[in-house]
Amino acid sequence: MPDAEPLWVDDDAGPLVRPYAMTGGRARTRNGFNVISLVLATAPAPQLEVGLTPEHLHIVDLCQRPLALAEVSAHLHLPLGTVRVLLDDLLARGLVRVSEPRPPTLLPDNHVFEALINGLRKL
Amino acid sequence: MDYGNSDDSPTVVLPTAIKILVAGGFGVGKTTLVSAVSETQPLRTEEVLTETGVGVDDLSGVEEKSTTTVAMDFGRISFGDDLVLYLFGTPGQDRFWFVWDELALGALGAVVLADTRRLADSFPSIDYFERHGVPFIVAVNCFEGARRYDLPDVRLALNLDPEVPVMLCDARLRESSKEVLIALLNHVLRSRGSRVEAESVPG
Repeated sequence: MPDAEPLWVDDDAGPLVRPYAMTGGRARTRNGFNVISLVLATAPAPQLEVGLTPEHLHIVDLCQRPLALAEVSAHLHLPLGTVRVLLDDLLARGLVRVSEPRPPTLLPDNHVFEALINGLRKL
Repeated sequence: MDYGNSDDSPTVVLPTAIKILVAGGFGVGKTTLVSAVSETQPLRTEEVLTETGVGVDDLSGVEEKSTTTVAMDFGRISFGDDLVLYLFGTPGQDRFWFVWDELALGALGAVVLADTRRLADSFPSIDYFERHGVPFIVAVNCFEGARRYDLPDVRLALNLDPEVPVMLCDARLRESSKEVLIALLNHVLRSRGSRVEAESVPG
């Protein structure tokens, strides 16, 4: 593995080993998805294929309905950073869409606030 | 912004996701408030930080790396199919500013929970939201046995701007926690220069 990372995953690394092994050593993502970015699968989970781990397929399975990045992380018991790396792979294969939240300053008029306040009152 | 949305895929409209932060000192009841209003048990996510050792002798040429796992509890409330509210408890240890930045990005506003027995524990949260321009309110969680303070005294002790709302709450109760969130939403609206009249409240 000439292009592998230097051997810093030593005994002290502890829980890092598993997530990083799962992402093939990649820590840096192309995306900087928000914790509430919504992930939605574009199709049912495919059969295991080269380059995809069971965790990738688990995400596609979970995201048959829209789930936030943080929810995916919670359900898979994986750190947010690891899920971001896995999402890059799934995006590259067109298996998911990811929708970034709108910045609060760009929320359309007060419709959202009305819906939130009235929705909370009815809880 | 949408990623991975190709032209030939059926257009499913994703809900609007809204994020509110619940901050405050350790043990002040953040997760309690989140559970009181969420539709499910709070979930837990985590971020793993790799910190290059600070204060290491540079001449040694050896960097010490340590990893820290920062856990965050959060809950969800769905309003129909097109709107979902996420409530994130901030990490109790205030030194994890990296995670705070990540959580605060795109947040609509924040609730700072305070305990009158340890008011100073809320200072870091208040400082953070003031510095980053995140609208917030202060909710004093009424613990049993805690001395009751008048809200003006709390405001004074926390050195709050006059427009920041301060209220009492009981984070264990759904009704009370709902009122806190509604107060925050109204505060955010006011800071946007308008106000919603809720449908059931005349005038």
